[in-house]
Amino acid sequence: MPVLKSESLPIRTQNDIVAVRQATRTWAVQAGFSIVDQTKMVTAASELARNTLQYGRGGEVLMELLEEAGRRGLRLTFEDQGPGIPSLEMALTDGYTTGSGMGLGLSGSRRLVNEFHIESVVGSGTRVVIARWR
Amino acid sequence: MERIPILKMGAFLLVSIQVDMHDRLALTLQDDLTERITQTGAHGVLIDISSLEIVDSFIGRMLANIAAMARILDAHTVLVGMQPAVAITLVELGLSLPGVRTALNVEKGMRLLQQSLRRPGEAAAADADDVAGAAGAESPDARPEV
Amino acid sequence: MTNLASTKLPQVLQAREADILDRWLQEQLAATSLRSDLMNAAQLREQSREFLGLFGQAVGQGADTNIHSPQWRAAREMLAGVSQARGTLGFSPSETAMFVFSLKQPLFRALAEAYAGDAAGLSDAFWGATLVIDGLGLHTTEVYQKSRESVISRQQEEMLELSTPVVKLWDGILALPMIGTLDSARTQVVMESLLQRIVETGAEVAIIDITGVPTVDTLVAQHLLKTITAARLMGADCIISGIRPQIAATIVHLGVDLSAVITKATLADAFALALQRTGMYVARRPTTATGPSSAPARG
Repeated sequence: MPVLKSESLPIRTQNDIVAVRQATRTWAVQAGFSIVDQTKMVTAASELARNTLQYGRGGEVLMELLEEAGRRGLRLTFEDQGPGIPSLEMALTDGYTTGSGMGLGLSGSRRLVNEFHIESVVGSGTRVVIARWR
Repeated sequence: MERIPILKMGAFLLVSIQVDMHDRLALTLQDDLTERITQTGAHGVLIDISSLEIVDSFIGRMLANIAAMARILDAHTVLVGMQPAVAITLVELGLSLPGVRTALNVEKGMRLLQQSLRRPGEAAAADADDVAGAAGAESPDARPEV
Repeated sequence: MTNLASTKLPQVLQAREADILDRWLQEQLAATSLRSDLMNAAQLREQSREFLGLFGQAVGQGADTNIHSPQWRAAREMLAGVSQARGTLGFSPSETAMFVFSLKQPLFRALAEAYAGDAAGLSDAFWGATLVIDGLGLHTTEVYQKSRESVISRQQEEMLELSTPVVKLWDGILALPMIGTLDSARTQVVMESLLQRIVETGAEVAIIDITGVPTVDTLVAQHLLKTITAARLMGADCIISGIRPQIAATIVHLGVDLSAVITKATLADAFALALQRTGMYVARRPTTATGPSSAPARG
């Protein structure tokens, strides 16, 4: 599907997480999301950015503004080369945590978006893709 | 280092969070508040989040922690002004902040704190009894009913 | 992705445009799907001429068979206009799409003449042209669908606003009487507007009355619960009233936990509780001429 614009942001420091939130808000507005949908997307981005920083030991997010059949969407791809998640099934259930509180982040974020994909290889890294449509 | 200002208003402390906080700032606030409560002997903390457009799980847990720590230090916490979109998102995330009292705005929050001040030394018990936001705390029907 | 520029399509379109247009019009006027009641021959000619012109331009600019590429933009936009205009006139989406598809015949004949004897070249060129025309024809259908969807969603919003007004019962007390079957989407929208009204009016109590709701499923029950939790986070309490016996049974059956929710059998009971919560009581006016009125008084 057509990508109207894309940009990559680093996630290496705590301030980067704030930057990701703000960029997501701006792009969500451009995608024409309602306030509630904007907030959901920004919150999901915050959760995943934090995961990338704390668990993934830093990485980046690729932001893409999409358009298909006149409807706009926002897709964020979080990627890190961290330790990877050994048990995705468990990580995606509420309450699971390795002490960094990640359990809540992943499963909660999934409920906030329309599309959610996660790939993770132990020792190699993790990629999470989320998308929301107007 | 930047900090979020904490104001003293009589027996209460007032915090108004107006910036998009990074994690470290949030943790600093947590520490600062608990210190000020002890320093001033305040019996109430009002946290105004009417300017916050996003509360994620980290900030949510921080707010719940503040309330819990304040309770141990014998102070009531009231969270005011949560925006509808933020509330809806927090609930969807699975965070309902049990044990944190809430009010629609600073004025109502103050009233709530003042009422709870009539029962000093009972912060923990009072929180268990009160339903969030109920202004009629004196009425016998203050319990949730089914 | 067929490269149209390497075929004879660009030359054919440039050299034989008038010819193709005439034949195309003949095709359309002879077709059974012609709606001469909705559009006359002159208008049809104008529309066809404009589209063919843009089609030729795009091919001349080196466009390939991907109709989403920038060279096809003018043609796509023109067709979007055609789709909307024809839709308003009363054309069905198929009829509008046929407008585009019917270009194939005259185009094929012109290409066949240009490729006399070269079957391979002809089939390449025609395949490329077919891909484009198919894509553009489908585009008109998509535009039609989108505009219908936006009409429907606008109507739904209007109906929603009319059917679930948020009512102020008293200072600080709102009521939301819900009528009819609740579906997940409707419940969500209504709940969002309730929370918004709570902020706007500073109401501490909201009564959600479901007397007029015949059934409730798990999703709706969950939305109700989420709304109540969200309202609590904001500093307001919700009371659910008017739960019919069947709904109570469904809720228990579904295992939805309402133990933390305040429920009352009737709206009247809920209102009484709400008054109490906001520190009010109702007193009967004494029989003497002067004295306190029976309006809710501060207590």
